[in-house]
Amino acid sequence: MSIMSYTGGTVLAMAGDDCVCIASDLRLGEQMNTVAVDQKKVHKISEKVYVGLCGFHSDAKTVLDKIMFRKNLYELRENRSIKPKVLATIISNLAYQHRFGSYFTEPLVAGLDPVSHKPYICAMDTIGNICTPEDFVAIGTGAEYLLGVSESFWRKGMNSEELFEATAQSMLSALERDAASGWGAVVYTITKDKVNIRTIKARMD
Amino acid sequence: MGDHYGFSLTTFSPSGKLMQIEYALNAVKNGQPSVGLKASDGVVLATENPSSPLYEEQAKIEKISKHIGCVYSGMGPDARLLVKRARKIAITYEDMYGEEISTTQLVTRLAAVMQEYTQSGGVRPFGVSLLIAGWDAEPGKPLLFQCDPSGAYFAWKATALGKNDTNAKTFLEKRFSETLELDDGVHTSLLTLRECFDVGMTEDNVEVAVCNSSGFHRLTKQQVKDHLGAL
Repeated sequence: MSIMSYTGGTVLAMAGDDCVCIASDLRLGEQMNTVAVDQKKVHKISEKVYVGLCGFHSDAKTVLDKIMFRKNLYELRENRSIKPKVLATIISNLAYQHRFGSYFTEPLVAGLDPVSHKPYICAMDTIGNICTPEDFVAIGTGAEYLLGVSESFWRKGMNSEELFEATAQSMLSALERDAASGWGAVVYTITKDKVNIRTIKARMD
Repeated sequence: MGDHYGFSLTTFSPSGKLMQIEYALNAVKNGQPSVGLKASDGVVLATENPSSPLYEEQAKIEKISKHIGCVYSGMGPDARLLVKRARKIAITYEDMYGEEISTTQLVTRLAAVMQEYTQSGGVRPFGVSLLIAGWDAEPGKPLLFQCDPSGAYFAWKATALGKNDTNAKTFLEKRFSETLELDDGVHTSLLTLRECFDVGMTEDNVEVAVCNSSGFHRLTKQQVKDHLGAL
């Protein structure tokens, strides 16, 4: 029994040309039992900045509350929207502060810079090591399945429609195989004008 | 910090003033003149730094972070402590947020420090006013702020502190223009400083620094000499 797979869940984020996609499954479990089928793991932090939190659901919720606290204080003090890169640094520092008693959640940040609209994606381990690849990041119980399939679907400079297809198809593959994730997926496509939210039906188990 | 004084030494007078702060402002008023000017593409800071053949050179204008620097009028030792505090604030911010502190954020935090010393046990207010010059990368603009012993801060287009500051400010009101570029800004600042000088201005008793998109840096003796020559 691993604490990181107790409640289950998977999140994927991909970067395109002036857009990012972030997707999560909807299952919340207690080991073999499914407790909820509408629990997303992606959360809106600000208009163009989203955060995904996988792992132990209780810690994910706690960390989310702390992130919102820090982001609100930041935006009030600075009188401007927070940048995804800055949010990632904040979350990383928060996680490392608990180096020897960490939160059992792996954060993922995806969004567009509020000023330049440049896409940004990154993922961290439980103690806040930030990894910023240019293509895609995956966290959660289905992460290994996602990495392989995303590698073939992702190309450089995809537009928002292509990016949505790549993200959705990758998520579907992971949900097929990962027992702890499933019950459909929700995909957020973030461009500079709007955020498109689409729910996709997968095998409902 | 005032071990046996749990109470503040800065207390209200019947007229509603905090006399300690008024006296601190006097210390500033009697300090060496300093000038700050915001040009369209950068900020200029200039000050008198009296020298004598016996002195070893000691800079007065200090860098706080890559794009922020400051100059003071008043008590040097107090300024030294504030610069030290400001540097720590700037670098701590960078560590926390992964990006450089903006000038406004530094000024508000430093001013909060100065205010603390007007409402804490056993301490006195700082005897300096600081002129803080900075360049904010987003959206790419120069900023000039003054921080007072009370903890109040003001954004300026151009200002002067220390001895003869009223004369200097009158001069600036006439000579300042928002379209000035950095070089002309240095020129105007030096002319303003000259208004406050009792003795002749040379490259040995004047210090100039600029802050623009490439950062905060002091002008070399030679550069100052060239500017003075063009006055």
